[in-house]
Amino acid sequence: MLTVTDLSAGYGPVTALDGVSFEAPEGEITAVLGANGAGKTTLLRTISGLVRPTRGTATLAGRDLTKVPTEHMTRIGLGHVPEGRGVITELTVEENLRLGGLGSGSRVRVGDLGRAYSLFPILAERRRSSAHVLSGGERQMLVIARALLAKPRVLLLDEPSLGLAPRIVVQIFELLRTLVRADGLTVVLVEQNARSALSIADRGVVLNLGRLVVADDASALAKDEQLRHAYLGF
Amino acid sequence: MQQLITTILTGLTLGMVYAAFALALVLIWRATRIVNFAQAPMAMITTYIALVLIDAGFSYWLGFAAALGSGLVLGAIVERFVIRYVDSKSEINAVILTLGLFIVIHALAALIFGSRYRSFPAPFGLRGFQVGDTTIALTGFGIFTIGSVLVVMGLLVVLFRGTDVGLKMRASAFNQEVARLLGVKVGRMLTLGWALAAVVGSLSGLLIAGGGLVHPSYMDGVVVYGFVAAVLGGLDSPVGAVAGGMILGLSLSLVSGYVGSELVPLASLGILMAVLLVRPGGMFASVRARRV
Repeated sequence: MLTVTDLSAGYGPVTALDGVSFEAPEGEITAVLGANGAGKTTLLRTISGLVRPTRGTATLAGRDLTKVPTEHMTRIGLGHVPEGRGVITELTVEENLRLGGLGSGSRVRVGDLGRAYSLFPILAERRRSSAHVLSGGERQMLVIARALLAKPRVLLLDEPSLGLAPRIVVQIFELLRTLVRADGLTVVLVEQNARSALSIADRGVVLNLGRLVVADDASALAKDEQLRHAYLGF
Repeated sequence: MQQLITTILTGLTLGMVYAAFALALVLIWRATRIVNFAQAPMAMITTYIALVLIDAGFSYWLGFAAALGSGLVLGAIVERFVIRYVDSKSEINAVILTLGLFIVIHALAALIFGSRYRSFPAPFGLRGFQVGDTTIALTGFGIFTIGSVLVVMGLLVVLFRGTDVGLKMRASAFNQEVARLLGVKVGRMLTLGWALAAVVGSLSGLLIAGGGLVHPSYMDGVVVYGFVAAVLGGLDSPVGAVAGGMILGLSLSLVSGYVGSELVPLASLGILMAVLLVRPGGMFASVRARRV
């Protein structure tokens, strides 16, 4: 579904991503793992067009993403929940959600919001509140729901577990797995919390200093103790 | 009693004029998070365009429409070809650029239209209405001023709260990157914000000019009060801009009438300080501090 080929990018003289290639198969969760500074966030930002690649391509169902401006990504089916979640705190919960449905060019039907509210009841409770009163876990649910309103085929998630209590992380990851099974969504999940990520992922990709170390089935990666100790921290 | 009524009515009408300018500032702020110091000269130029048409024999309303139309175009051009290039780096750069535009447009206007004073017509008349055998200080033009500003305020409130475009504009102003990731065409929203703000600015330029004299600096007297009115209301809120304008207009009119007109600038700053001490974000600010 999503194919990354020899993708490289940097910030000025610093090369953050160096010739990374892997595939995220359709309907599966692919975890992108590695230490701080490994290039995981840069990888997602290059795929969604916020950073211009110096080399290589990323294709979604055969379509070259590097030729597409960021504003068009939702239209071709790519959603990206950025690092830090990207909740627009000045807007209400409902306005954040509506925004999610506006970008892909189609009008948000009341039914779409209804589905988001039934999946995430806590958002329904807080729909008229300003988004800044939400807790970390609630915000994560908000941005996932918001991204889903554009009906993406591929969803890029940047460190959803960051700053969240373990119990909430479990909840959110379970939710992700359910969505993937139900909608056939393809997810690329960047995480530093490698253990949790591998527990729900089908595939895993490990980055170090901008380069690909290994790409394999998640279960194989979880069993490889040497790899885990060297790159994944457990 | 007569003097009090006159003072109040004058203050209200004047206040609406400040409010018109404040609305343009609020619109740019809400849509782009920038304070546009060039708002006044941009409006001044469009008023001159109207004046050229009116002097050539066309009707006032044609000149009115031309001013609003050229405002729309001017706002879009300034955003697309000037502001766009500095905006992404930092907002302060864009603000400084508007200061530069202020100077440039002033000079251009003097070059193109000349600096001499020219009179500008006022629709609906400048005679006060007769109530019994007294003439009250409310003119037809004054009612037109108040009415048009209230209509614009209403339209802006509806735009921002009720429409998808308004939501996209606000999102683009609050967090450009997230808006882009969600598929909002941020560039278009910014251009739209500037174009609409320029139209409102043009309206204020026409209201200030009506019944008075036009020359390149004719709006400068209002600019400061317009800014104060916008800040008083909370730069974020169209209703606040109108409320701020009315309070300011009323207060200054009372000061001018009962204390002395030399104290008016001091009074305006005093009011500003007093309000900001109590409500730092302005009276109607919906966002008091930037929360994360």
